[in-house]
Amino acid sequence: MKKQNLILAFESSCDETSVAVVADGHQILSNVIATQINSHKRFGGVVPEVASRHHIEQITICIESALEEANVTYDDLDAVAVTYGPGLVGALLVGVNAAKVVAYAHHLPLIPVNHMAGHIYAARFVKPFEFPLMALLVSGGHTELVYMQADGQFEIIGETRDDAAGEAYDKIGRVLGVSYPAGKEIDQMAHAGIDTFNFPRAMIDEDNFDFSFSGLKSAFINTVHHADQIGATLDKNDLAASFQASVVDVLVSKTHRVLEQYPVKQLVLAGGVAANQGLRERLQKDLPTAFPNTELLLAPLKLCGDNGAMIGAAGYVQYQHHQFGDASLNADPSLEFDWMPGMVK
Amino acid sequence: MKLLAIDTSNRPLSVAVLADQQILATTTTNVGRNHSSTLLPIVERAMTQSGLEPTDLDRIVVAAGPGSYTGLRIGVTTAKTLAFTLNKELVGISSLAALAANVVTEGQLVAPLFDARRDNAFAGLYRIQNQRPVAVIEDQHVSVAKWAAKLATYNEPIVLIGTDVQKYVEPLRAALGDRLIRARPQLDLPQAGVLGLLGQTATPVANLHAFVPNYLRLTQAEHDWQAKHPEKDHAPYVEKI
Repeated sequence: MKKQNLILAFESSCDETSVAVVADGHQILSNVIATQINSHKRFGGVVPEVASRHHIEQITICIESALEEANVTYDDLDAVAVTYGPGLVGALLVGVNAAKVVAYAHHLPLIPVNHMAGHIYAARFVKPFEFPLMALLVSGGHTELVYMQADGQFEIIGETRDDAAGEAYDKIGRVLGVSYPAGKEIDQMAHAGIDTFNFPRAMIDEDNFDFSFSGLKSAFINTVHHADQIGATLDKNDLAASFQASVVDVLVSKTHRVLEQYPVKQLVLAGGVAANQGLRERLQKDLPTAFPNTELLLAPLKLCGDNGAMIGAAGYVQYQHHQFGDASLNADPSLEFDWMPGMVK
Repeated sequence: MKLLAIDTSNRPLSVAVLADQQILATTTTNVGRNHSSTLLPIVERAMTQSGLEPTDLDRIVVAAGPGSYTGLRIGVTTAKTLAFTLNKELVGISSLAALAANVVTEGQLVAPLFDARRDNAFAGLYRIQNQRPVAVIEDQHVSVAKWAAKLATYNEPIVLIGTDVQKYVEPLRAALGDRLIRARPQLDLPQAGVLGLLGQTATPVANLHAFVPNYLRLTQAEHDWQAKHPEKDHAPYVEKI
Protein backbone atom coordinates (compact mmCIF):
# COMPACT_ATOMS: atom_id res chain seq x y z
CA MET A 1 0.00 0.00 0.00
CA LYS A 2 1.24 3.43 -0.89
CA LYS A 3 2.23 5.51 2.09
CA GLN A 4 -0.24 8.25 2.92
CA ASN A 5 0.93 11.84 3.13
CA LEU A 6 0.05 13.31 6.50
CA ILE A 7 -0.27 17.03 7.05
CA LEU A 8 -0.49 18.73 10.44
CA ALA A 9 -2.66 21.77 9.76
CA PHE A 10 -3.10 24.94 11.84
CA GLU A 11 -5.94 27.46 11.78
CA SER A 12 -6.16 30.53 14.05
CA SER A 13 -7.43 33.36 11.86
CA CYS A 14 -10.36 34.45 14.01
CA ASP A 15 -11.95 32.96 17.13
CA GLU A 16 -11.23 29.26 16.72
CA THR A 17 -7.91 27.61 17.47
CA SER A 18 -7.74 24.42 15.45
CA VAL A 19 -5.13 21.80 14.65
CA ALA A 20 -5.85 18.80 12.45
CA VAL A 21 -4.13 15.80 10.94
CA VAL A 22 -5.25 15.14 7.36
CA ALA A 23 -4.22 12.20 5.19
CA ASP A 24 -3.77 12.71 1.44
CA GLY A 25 -5.82 15.88 1.57
CA HIS A 26 -9.17 14.18 1.97
CA GLN A 27 -9.20 12.00 5.05
CA ILE A 28 -9.53 13.55 8.49
CA LEU A 29 -7.55 11.71 11.17
CA SER A 30 -8.23 14.42 13.73
CA ASN A 31 -9.67 17.93 13.73
CA VAL A 32 -9.40 19.56 17.13
CA ILE A 33 -11.30 22.85 17.40
CA ALA A 34 -11.23 25.11 20.46
CA THR A 35 -13.87 27.78 20.00
CA GLN A 36 -13.90 31.11 21.82
CA ILE A 37 -17.56 31.91 21.10
CA ASN A 38 -18.45 31.90 24.78
CA SER A 39 -15.82 34.54 25.46
CA HIS A 40 -16.73 36.90 22.62
CA LYS A 41 -20.43 36.59 23.44
CA ARG A 42 -19.65 38.93 26.31
CA PHE A 43 -18.78 41.67 23.85
CA GLY A 44 -21.30 40.96 21.08
CA GLY A 45 -18.55 40.17 18.60
CA VAL A 46 -14.94 39.08 18.29
CA VAL A 47 -12.49 41.34 20.13
CA PRO A 48 -9.13 40.84 18.39
CA GLU A 49 -6.87 41.21 21.44
CA VAL A 50 -9.03 38.81 23.46
CA ALA A 51 -8.99 36.34 20.56
CA SER A 52 -5.20 36.52 20.29
CA ARG A 53 -4.83 35.83 24.00
CA HIS A 54 -7.08 32.77 23.84
CA HIS A 55 -5.15 31.36 20.89
CA ILE A 56 -1.90 31.33 22.83
CA GLU A 57 -3.66 29.58 25.73
CA GLN A 58 -4.92 26.86 23.42
CA ILE A 59 -2.28 26.29 20.78
CA THR A 60 -0.13 23.56 22.33
CA ILE A 61 -3.18 21.81 23.78
CA CYS A 62 -4.64 21.61 20.29
CA ILE A 63 -1.40 20.26 18.79
CA GLU A 64 -1.21 17.59 21.47
CA SER A 65 -4.85 16.54 21.07
CA ALA A 66 -4.62 16.48 17.28
CA LEU A 67 -1.65 14.12 17.32
CA GLU A 68 -3.17 11.93 20.03
CA GLU A 69 -6.56 11.65 18.37
CA ALA A 70 -4.95 10.84 15.03
CA ASN A 71 -2.68 8.39 16.83
CA VAL A 72 0.41 9.66 15.02
CA THR A 73 3.79 11.10 16.01
CA TYR A 74 5.88 13.83 14.41
CA ASP A 75 7.82 11.11 12.58
CA ASP A 76 4.67 10.16 10.69
CA LEU A 77 4.10 13.69 9.38
CA ASP A 78 5.07 14.90 5.90
CA ALA A 79 4.36 18.61 6.21
CA VAL A 80 2.92 21.40 8.33
CA ALA A 81 0.25 23.68 6.85
CA VAL A 82 -1.00 26.93 8.31
CA THR A 83 -3.47 29.72 7.60
CA TYR A 84 -1.43 32.89 7.10
CA GLY A 85 -4.32 35.13 5.98
CA PRO A 86 -6.79 36.66 5.64
CA GLY A 87 -7.89 37.21 9.23
CA LEU A 88 -7.09 39.05 12.44
CA VAL A 89 -3.36 39.70 12.48
CA GLY A 90 -2.80 38.97 16.18
CA ALA A 91 -4.78 35.76 15.92
CA LEU A 92 -3.03 34.63 12.73
CA LEU A 93 0.39 35.26 14.30
CA VAL A 94 -0.12 32.58 16.93
CA GLY A 95 -0.86 29.85 14.39
CA VAL A 96 1.82 31.02 11.98
CA ASN A 97 4.56 31.11 14.60
CA ALA A 98 3.53 27.80 16.15
CA ALA A 99 3.40 26.09 12.75
CA LYS A 100 6.78 27.50 11.73
CA VAL A 101 8.35 26.20 14.94
CA VAL A 102 6.89 22.70 14.53
CA ALA A 103 8.17 22.63 10.94
CA TYR A 104 11.61 23.82 12.02
CA ALA A 105 11.90 21.52 15.02
CA HIS A 106 10.98 18.40 13.04
CA HIS A 107 12.52 19.32 9.67
CA LEU A 108 9.17 19.38 7.89
CA PRO A 109 8.17 21.53 4.91
CA LEU A 110 5.90 24.47 5.74
CA ILE A 111 2.82 25.19 3.62
CA PRO A 112 1.28 28.69 3.83
CA VAL A 113 -2.46 28.41 3.13
CA ASN A 114 -5.01 31.07 2.25
CA HIS A 115 -7.89 30.76 4.71
CA MET A 116 -10.49 31.20 1.96
CA ALA A 117 -8.90 28.42 -0.08
CA GLY A 118 -9.27 26.33 3.03
CA HIS A 119 -13.01 27.04 3.21
CA ILE A 120 -13.45 25.89 -0.39
CA TYR A 121 -11.48 22.71 0.25
CA ALA A 122 -13.77 21.81 3.15
CA ALA A 123 -15.99 20.49 0.34
CA ARG A 124 -13.14 18.24 -0.83
CA PHE A 125 -13.99 15.95 2.08
CA VAL A 126 -17.30 15.19 0.32
CA LYS A 127 -15.76 14.04 -2.97
CA PRO A 128 -12.97 14.92 -5.43
CA PHE A 129 -13.19 18.24 -7.22
CA GLU A 130 -13.93 18.37 -10.94
CA PHE A 131 -12.92 21.43 -12.91
CA PRO A 132 -13.82 24.02 -13.86
CA LEU A 133 -15.47 24.68 -10.53
CA MET A 134 -17.27 27.65 -9.02
CA ALA A 135 -17.32 28.34 -5.29
CA LEU A 136 -19.82 30.51 -3.46
CA LEU A 137 -17.91 31.52 -0.36
CA VAL A 138 -20.00 33.06 2.37
CA SER A 139 -18.71 33.87 5.82
CA GLY A 140 -18.58 36.54 8.50
CA GLY A 141 -15.76 38.32 6.70
CA HIS A 142 -16.29 37.41 3.04
CA THR A 143 -18.93 36.94 0.40
CA GLU A 144 -17.43 36.04 -2.94
CA LEU A 145 -17.71 33.93 -6.05
CA VAL A 146 -14.47 32.15 -6.87
CA TYR A 147 -13.70 30.41 -10.14
CA MET A 148 -11.27 27.49 -10.18
CA GLN A 149 -9.74 26.17 -13.43
CA ALA A 150 -7.74 23.61 -11.53
CA ASP A 151 -6.66 22.59 -8.06
CA GLY A 152 -5.05 25.50 -6.25
CA GLN A 153 -6.08 28.14 -8.82
CA PHE A 154 -8.48 30.75 -7.48
CA GLU A 155 -9.91 33.73 -9.30
CA ILE A 156 -12.48 36.08 -7.84
CA ILE A 157 -15.41 36.78 -10.14
CA GLY A 158 -17.56 38.77 -7.75
CA GLU A 159 -17.65 39.84 -4.14
CA THR A 160 -19.50 42.00 -1.66
CA ARG A 161 -19.01 45.71 -1.96
CA ASP A 162 -19.76 46.37 1.69
CA ASP A 163 -20.77 43.95 4.46
CA ALA A 164 -20.22 40.24 4.24
CA ALA A 165 -23.41 38.18 4.52
CA GLY A 166 -22.41 36.74 7.88
CA GLU A 167 -21.63 40.21 9.17
CA ALA A 168 -25.17 41.32 8.24
CA TYR A 169 -26.56 38.35 10.20
CA ASP A 170 -24.60 39.37 13.29
CA LYS A 171 -25.68 43.00 13.00
CA ILE A 172 -29.39 42.32 12.66
CA GLY A 173 -28.98 39.68 15.36
CA ARG A 174 -28.17 42.47 17.78
CA VAL A 175 -31.39 44.26 16.82
CA LEU A 176 -33.38 41.05 17.35
CA GLY A 177 -31.68 40.40 20.68
CA VAL A 178 -29.97 37.26 19.39
CA SER A 179 -26.56 36.71 20.95
CA TYR A 180 -23.39 36.52 18.88
CA PRO A 181 -22.89 34.62 16.59
CA ALA A 182 -26.43 35.10 15.38
CA GLY A 183 -26.48 33.06 12.16
CA LYS A 184 -27.75 29.75 13.46
CA GLU A 185 -30.57 31.17 15.58
CA ILE A 186 -31.77 33.56 12.88
CA ASP A 187 -31.76 30.63 10.45
CA GLN A 188 -34.04 28.72 12.85
CA MET A 189 -36.29 31.74 13.40
CA ALA A 190 -36.53 32.23 9.66
CA HIS A 191 -37.81 28.69 9.24
CA ALA A 192 -40.63 29.48 11.68
CA GLY A 193 -41.58 32.75 9.95
CA ILE A 194 -42.84 34.09 6.63
CA ASP A 195 -41.26 36.65 4.28
CA THR A 196 -43.73 39.49 4.78
CA PHE A 197 -41.55 42.58 4.89
CA ASN A 198 -40.21 42.50 1.32
CA PHE A 199 -36.77 43.84 2.15
CA PRO A 200 -34.70 45.05 -0.82
CA ARG A 201 -32.67 42.63 -2.93
CA ALA A 202 -29.66 44.83 -3.56
CA MET A 203 -27.95 44.66 -6.94
CA ILE A 204 -29.98 41.61 -7.86
CA ASP A 205 -30.68 42.85 -11.39
CA GLU A 206 -27.30 44.44 -12.01
CA ASP A 207 -25.21 42.85 -14.70
CA ASN A 208 -22.29 41.89 -12.49
CA PHE A 209 -21.46 39.27 -9.91
CA ASP A 210 -21.08 41.54 -6.91
CA PHE A 211 -23.15 41.65 -3.74
CA SER A 212 -24.25 44.29 -1.27
CA PHE A 213 -25.80 43.68 2.13
CA SER A 214 -25.52 47.00 3.94
CA GLY A 215 -28.73 48.35 2.37
CA LEU A 216 -30.62 45.31 3.54
CA LYS A 217 -29.21 45.72 7.00
CA SER A 218 -30.29 49.39 7.10
CA ALA A 219 -33.78 48.58 5.79
CA PHE A 220 -34.12 45.94 8.48
CA ILE A 221 -32.98 48.25 11.27
CA ASN A 222 -35.20 51.10 10.03
CA THR A 223 -38.23 48.81 9.94
CA VAL A 224 -37.66 47.70 13.52
CA HIS A 225 -36.96 51.22 14.80
CA HIS A 226 -40.00 52.62 13.06
CA ALA A 227 -42.17 49.96 14.66
CA ASP A 228 -40.64 50.72 18.05
CA GLN A 229 -41.44 54.40 17.64
CA ILE A 230 -45.10 53.84 16.86
CA GLY A 231 -45.34 51.18 19.53
CA ALA A 232 -46.00 48.33 17.10
CA THR A 233 -44.73 44.82 17.75
CA LEU A 234 -43.29 42.97 14.79
CA ASP A 235 -43.11 39.21 14.56
CA LYS A 236 -39.43 38.39 15.06
CA ASN A 237 -39.68 35.16 13.11
CA ASP A 238 -41.20 37.00 10.16
CA LEU A 239 -38.45 39.59 10.38
CA ALA A 240 -35.84 36.85 10.35
CA ALA A 241 -37.59 35.06 7.49
CA SER A 242 -37.80 38.26 5.46
CA PHE A 243 -34.16 39.08 6.07
CA GLN A 244 -33.00 35.59 5.21
CA ALA A 245 -35.17 35.47 2.08
CA SER A 246 -33.43 38.59 0.80
CA VAL A 247 -29.94 37.24 1.57
CA VAL A 248 -30.67 33.88 -0.02
CA ASP A 249 -32.39 35.43 -3.07
CA VAL A 250 -29.40 37.65 -3.74
CA LEU A 251 -26.82 34.92 -3.20
CA VAL A 252 -28.66 32.37 -5.31
CA SER A 253 -29.63 34.68 -8.17
CA LYS A 254 -26.07 36.00 -8.47
CA THR A 255 -24.83 32.45 -8.45
CA HIS A 256 -27.25 31.58 -11.24
CA ARG A 257 -26.05 34.58 -13.20
CA VAL A 258 -22.44 33.51 -12.85
CA LEU A 259 -23.18 29.92 -13.79
CA GLU A 260 -24.90 31.05 -17.00
CA GLN A 261 -21.71 32.76 -18.06
CA TYR A 262 -19.27 30.22 -16.63
CA PRO A 263 -20.52 26.67 -17.11
CA VAL A 264 -18.81 24.57 -14.48
CA LYS A 265 -18.86 20.95 -13.44
CA GLN A 266 -19.32 21.66 -9.75
CA LEU A 267 -20.65 24.42 -7.54
CA VAL A 268 -19.14 24.47 -4.05
CA LEU A 269 -20.93 26.18 -1.20
CA ALA A 270 -18.51 26.93 1.64
CA GLY A 271 -17.72 29.30 4.51
CA GLY A 272 -19.43 29.82 7.86
CA VAL A 273 -22.74 30.92 6.32
CA ALA A 274 -22.72 27.75 4.19
CA ALA A 275 -24.11 26.12 7.33
CA ASN A 276 -27.30 28.16 6.81
CA GLN A 277 -30.13 25.69 6.15
CA GLY A 278 -32.16 28.18 4.15
CA LEU A 279 -29.28 28.69 1.74
CA ARG A 280 -28.45 24.99 1.50
CA GLU A 281 -32.07 24.02 0.87
CA ARG A 282 -32.55 26.64 -1.81
CA LEU A 283 -29.47 25.61 -3.75
CA GLN A 284 -30.41 21.94 -3.43
CA LYS A 285 -33.88 22.74 -4.75
CA ASP A 286 -32.97 25.17 -7.55
CA LEU A 287 -29.69 24.02 -8.94
CA PRO A 288 -30.62 20.59 -10.40
CA THR A 289 -33.34 22.06 -12.61
CA ALA A 290 -31.57 25.29 -13.54
CA PHE A 291 -28.15 23.73 -14.12
CA PRO A 292 -28.51 19.97 -14.51
CA ASN A 293 -24.88 19.60 -15.57
CA THR A 294 -23.50 21.30 -12.49
CA GLU A 295 -23.10 19.20 -9.39
CA LEU A 296 -23.70 20.87 -6.03
CA LEU A 297 -21.05 20.22 -3.38
CA LEU A 298 -22.06 21.48 0.04
CA ALA A 299 -19.24 21.77 2.56
CA PRO A 300 -20.09 19.38 5.41
CA LEU A 301 -21.88 21.21 8.24
CA LYS A 302 -19.12 20.42 10.72
CA LEU A 303 -16.52 21.88 8.37
CA CYS A 304 -18.29 25.14 7.45
CA GLY A 305 -16.85 27.00 10.42
CA ASP A 306 -13.13 27.59 10.75
CA ASN A 307 -11.14 24.38 11.25
CA GLY A 308 -7.71 22.93 10.65
CA ALA A 309 -8.88 20.03 8.47
CA MET A 310 -9.88 22.34 5.62
CA ILE A 311 -6.43 23.94 5.80
CA GLY A 312 -4.90 20.47 5.55
CA ALA A 313 -7.00 19.72 2.46
CA ALA A 314 -6.02 22.98 0.71
CA GLY A 315 -2.44 22.56 1.90
CA TYR A 316 -2.20 19.10 0.37
CA VAL A 317 -2.66 20.56 -3.11
CA GLN A 318 0.22 22.95 -2.45
CA TYR A 319 2.25 20.08 -0.99
CA GLN A 320 1.92 18.21 -4.27
CA HIS A 321 3.10 21.32 -6.12
CA HIS A 322 5.92 21.95 -3.65
CA GLN A 323 4.58 25.40 -2.79
CA PHE A 324 6.42 25.83 0.47
CA GLY A 325 7.10 28.76 2.75
CA ASP A 326 10.16 29.37 4.87
CA ALA A 327 11.02 30.51 8.38
CA SER A 328 10.30 34.13 7.49
CA LEU A 329 6.61 33.45 6.75
CA ASN A 330 4.48 36.22 8.22
CA ALA A 331 0.77 36.68 8.74
CA ASP A 332 -0.99 38.58 5.95
CA PRO A 333 -4.29 39.84 7.40
CA SER A 334 -5.60 41.15 4.06
CA LEU A 335 -4.45 38.27 1.85
CA GLU A 336 -6.68 38.01 -1.24
CA PHE A 337 -7.21 35.81 -4.24
CA ASP A 338 -6.45 37.52 -7.53
CA TRP A 339 -9.29 38.91 -9.61
CA MET A 340 -10.00 37.02 -12.77
CA PRO A 341 -8.04 38.62 -15.63
CA GLY A 342 -10.32 40.81 -17.72
CA MET A 343 -12.91 41.20 -14.98
CA VAL A 344 -13.69 44.81 -14.21
CA LYS A 345 -13.80 45.36 -10.50
CA MET B 1 22.87 22.68 29.63
CA LYS B 2 22.10 23.83 26.05
CA LEU B 3 19.71 26.71 26.04
CA LEU B 4 17.95 29.01 23.59
CA ALA B 5 16.90 32.46 24.84
CA ILE B 6 14.39 34.73 23.08
CA ASP B 7 13.26 38.28 23.77
CA THR B 8 10.77 39.99 21.44
CA SER B 9 8.95 41.97 24.11
CA ASN B 10 9.37 45.30 22.39
CA ARG B 11 11.00 46.84 19.36
CA PRO B 12 14.39 45.23 20.09
CA LEU B 13 14.72 41.55 19.23
CA SER B 14 17.37 39.40 20.88
CA VAL B 15 18.25 35.73 20.48
CA ALA B 16 21.06 33.74 22.08
CA VAL B 17 22.24 30.15 22.24
CA LEU B 18 24.09 29.14 25.38
CA ALA B 19 26.00 26.11 26.56
CA ASP B 20 26.08 26.35 30.35
CA GLN B 21 27.67 29.71 31.22
CA GLN B 22 28.99 30.22 27.72
CA ILE B 23 27.18 32.33 25.12
CA LEU B 24 27.77 30.52 21.81
CA ALA B 25 25.88 32.86 19.49
CA THR B 26 23.77 35.93 19.96
CA THR B 27 22.00 38.45 17.75
CA THR B 28 20.25 41.63 18.82
CA THR B 29 18.43 44.01 16.49
CA ASN B 30 16.59 47.24 17.11
CA VAL B 31 15.24 47.96 13.68
CA GLY B 32 11.53 47.23 13.71
CA ARG B 33 8.58 45.33 14.92
CA ASN B 34 8.45 42.70 12.20
CA HIS B 35 9.48 40.02 14.68
CA SER B 36 7.11 37.42 13.24
CA SER B 37 9.13 37.40 10.05
CA THR B 38 12.60 37.80 11.50
CA LEU B 39 12.62 35.78 14.72
CA LEU B 40 12.74 32.21 13.44
CA PRO B 41 15.41 32.88 10.74
CA ILE B 42 17.60 34.46 13.43
CA VAL B 43 16.99 31.49 15.75
CA GLU B 44 17.88 29.09 12.94
CA ARG B 45 21.09 30.93 12.18
CA ALA B 46 22.15 31.14 15.82
CA MET B 47 21.51 27.42 16.22
CA THR B 48 23.46 26.57 13.06
CA GLN B 49 26.35 28.81 14.11
CA SER B 50 26.38 27.02 17.44
CA GLY B 51 26.44 23.66 15.72
CA LEU B 52 23.21 22.59 17.38
CA GLU B 53 20.09 20.82 16.21
CA PRO B 54 16.78 21.77 17.83
CA THR B 55 16.69 18.42 19.62
CA ASP B 56 20.06 19.22 21.26
CA LEU B 57 18.43 21.95 23.35
CA ASP B 58 17.64 21.29 27.01
CA ARG B 59 15.74 24.45 27.76
CA ILE B 60 14.04 27.42 26.14
CA VAL B 61 14.05 30.74 28.00
CA VAL B 62 11.72 33.53 26.96
CA ALA B 63 11.15 37.10 28.08
CA ALA B 64 7.53 36.70 29.16
CA GLY B 65 6.44 40.29 29.56
CA PRO B 66 5.45 42.93 30.11
CA GLY B 67 5.84 44.60 26.74
CA SER B 68 4.11 44.93 23.39
CA TYR B 69 1.26 42.41 23.30
CA THR B 70 2.03 41.33 19.77
CA GLY B 71 5.76 41.16 20.39
CA LEU B 72 5.23 39.06 23.50
CA ARG B 73 2.94 36.65 21.68
CA ILE B 74 5.47 36.07 18.92
CA GLY B 75 8.25 35.27 21.37
CA VAL B 76 6.10 33.25 23.76
CA THR B 77 4.32 31.29 20.99
CA THR B 78 7.69 30.43 19.49
CA ALA B 79 9.30 29.46 22.79
CA LYS B 80 6.26 27.62 24.15
CA THR B 81 5.67 25.64 20.97
CA LEU B 82 9.35 24.76 20.62
CA ALA B 83 9.53 23.54 24.21
CA PHE B 84 6.28 21.61 23.80
CA THR B 85 7.01 20.00 20.46
CA LEU B 86 10.50 18.86 21.52
CA ASN B 87 9.48 18.09 25.09
CA LYS B 88 12.03 20.50 26.56
CA GLU B 89 11.99 22.73 29.62
CA LEU B 90 10.50 26.21 29.35
CA VAL B 91 11.41 29.18 31.52
CA GLY B 92 9.73 32.58 31.51
CA ILE B 93 11.60 35.58 32.86
CA SER B 94 10.24 39.08 33.39
CA SER B 95 11.16 41.21 30.38
CA LEU B 96 11.90 44.07 32.78
CA ALA B 97 14.13 41.90 34.99
CA ALA B 98 16.04 40.72 31.91
CA LEU B 99 16.74 44.33 30.99
CA ALA B 100 17.70 45.27 34.57
CA ALA B 101 20.23 42.43 34.56
CA ASN B 102 22.32 44.38 32.07
CA VAL B 103 23.50 46.35 35.11
CA VAL B 104 26.14 44.48 37.11
CA THR B 105 26.96 46.93 39.92
CA GLU B 106 26.30 45.05 43.15
CA GLY B 107 23.67 46.69 45.35
CA GLN B 108 22.55 49.10 42.64
CA LEU B 109 18.87 50.03 42.26
CA VAL B 110 17.76 49.66 38.64
CA ALA B 111 14.45 50.83 37.16
CA PRO B 112 13.75 49.33 33.71
CA LEU B 113 10.87 50.93 31.84
CA PHE B 114 8.85 50.26 28.67
CA ASP B 115 6.50 52.81 27.18
CA ALA B 116 2.85 51.77 27.49
CA ARG B 117 1.61 54.91 25.70
CA ARG B 118 -0.51 57.81 26.92
CA ASP B 119 1.94 58.67 29.72
CA ASN B 120 1.85 55.13 31.07
CA ALA B 121 4.68 52.69 31.44
CA PHE B 122 5.41 49.09 32.26
CA ALA B 123 8.00 49.39 34.98
CA GLY B 124 9.59 47.64 37.94
CA LEU B 125 12.31 48.41 40.45
CA TYR B 126 15.15 45.96 41.00
CA ARG B 127 18.25 45.73 43.16
CA ILE B 128 21.29 43.88 41.89
CA GLN B 129 22.10 41.26 44.51
CA ASN B 130 24.50 38.37 43.99
CA GLN B 131 24.71 39.40 40.32
CA ARG B 132 20.97 39.03 39.77
CA PRO B 133 18.14 41.57 39.71
CA VAL B 134 15.88 41.10 42.72
CA ALA B 135 12.46 42.77 42.60
CA VAL B 136 12.03 45.70 44.98
CA ILE B 137 8.77 46.97 43.45
CA GLU B 138 7.00 44.38 41.35
CA ASP B 139 6.43 44.90 37.62
CA GLN B 140 3.38 47.00 36.96
CA HIS B 141 1.42 49.06 34.50
CA VAL B 142 1.54 52.55 35.96
CA SER B 143 1.30 56.21 35.04
CA VAL B 144 4.70 57.79 34.62
CA ALA B 145 3.81 60.46 37.20
CA LYS B 146 2.90 57.86 39.80
CA TRP B 147 5.99 55.84 39.00
CA ALA B 148 8.26 58.88 39.35
CA ALA B 149 6.73 59.58 42.77
CA LYS B 150 7.28 55.97 43.88
CA LEU B 151 10.91 56.02 42.81
CA ALA B 152 11.44 59.34 44.55
CA THR B 153 10.81 57.70 47.94
CA TYR B 154 14.12 55.82 47.60
CA ASN B 155 16.90 57.96 48.90
CA GLU B 156 19.63 56.55 46.72
CA PRO B 157 20.73 56.66 43.06
CA ILE B 158 18.57 54.69 40.59
CA VAL B 159 19.70 53.58 37.14
CA LEU B 160 16.91 54.20 34.60
CA ILE B 161 17.26 51.71 31.77
CA GLY B 162 15.49 51.08 28.46
CA THR B 163 15.23 52.81 25.09
CA ASP B 164 11.84 54.30 26.11
CA VAL B 165 13.26 56.11 29.17
CA GLN B 166 14.21 59.09 27.02
CA LYS B 167 10.55 59.79 26.29
CA TYR B 168 9.78 60.33 29.98
CA VAL B 169 13.15 61.53 31.22
CA GLU B 170 11.86 64.99 32.15
CA PRO B 171 9.18 64.04 34.69
CA LEU B 172 11.48 61.35 36.05
CA ARG B 173 14.33 63.78 36.49
CA ALA B 174 12.00 66.29 38.08
CA ALA B 175 11.11 63.71 40.73
CA LEU B 176 14.53 62.12 41.23
CA GLY B 177 16.89 65.02 40.58
CA ASP B 178 20.53 63.93 40.51
CA ARG B 179 19.60 60.52 41.91
CA LEU B 180 18.54 59.63 38.37
CA ILE B 181 21.35 57.88 36.53
CA ARG B 182 20.74 57.28 32.85
CA ALA B 183 22.07 53.86 31.71
CA ARG B 184 24.65 53.85 28.94
CA PRO B 185 23.01 53.36 25.50
CA GLN B 186 24.58 49.92 25.04
CA LEU B 187 22.74 48.76 28.17
CA ASP B 188 19.34 49.97 26.94
CA LEU B 189 18.81 46.98 24.67
CA PRO B 190 17.80 43.62 26.16
CA GLN B 191 20.45 40.95 25.60
CA ALA B 192 19.24 37.37 25.21
CA GLY B 193 22.62 36.19 26.49
CA VAL B 194 21.83 37.87 29.81
CA LEU B 195 18.28 36.49 29.69
CA GLY B 196 19.67 33.00 29.07
CA LEU B 197 22.00 33.21 32.04
CA LEU B 198 19.10 34.30 34.27
CA GLY B 199 16.96 31.49 32.89
CA GLN B 200 19.58 28.85 33.46
CA THR B 201 19.01 28.72 37.20
CA ALA B 202 15.30 29.56 37.22
CA THR B 203 12.65 26.90 37.80
CA PRO B 204 11.01 25.68 34.57
CA VAL B 205 7.24 26.13 34.20
CA ALA B 206 5.31 23.18 35.62
CA ASN B 207 2.31 23.42 33.28
CA LEU B 208 3.57 24.28 29.83
CA HIS B 209 0.11 24.46 28.21
CA ALA B 210 -0.95 27.16 30.67
CA PHE B 211 2.06 29.36 29.97
CA VAL B 212 1.05 32.74 28.52
CA PRO B 213 2.66 36.18 28.36
CA ASN B 214 2.49 38.34 31.44
CA TYR B 215 0.57 41.20 29.83
CA LEU B 216 0.03 42.98 33.17
CA ARG B 217 -3.21 44.38 31.78
CA LEU B 218 -6.63 43.04 31.01
CA THR B 219 -7.85 43.92 27.54
CA GLN B 220 -10.01 47.04 27.46
CA ALA B 221 -13.04 44.96 26.45
CA GLU B 222 -12.65 42.59 29.40
CA HIS B 223 -11.97 45.47 31.76
CA ASP B 224 -15.18 47.23 30.69
CA TRP B 225 -17.17 44.01 30.80
CA GLN B 226 -16.02 43.16 34.32
CA ALA B 227 -16.89 46.67 35.49
CA LYS B 228 -20.44 46.18 34.21
CA HIS B 229 -20.79 42.56 35.33
CA PRO B 230 -18.90 42.20 38.61
CA GLU B 231 -20.91 39.15 39.61
CA LYS B 232 -21.00 37.33 36.30
CA ASP B 233 -18.66 34.74 34.97
CA HIS B 234 -19.06 33.22 31.54
CA ALA B 235 -16.20 30.79 31.92
CA PRO B 236 -15.15 28.48 30.41
CA TYR B 237 -14.43 30.94 27.65
CA VAL B 238 -12.92 28.42 25.31
CA GLU B 239 -14.51 25.07 24.59
CA LYS B 240 -13.49 22.14 22.49
CA ILE B 241 -16.16 21.33 19.89
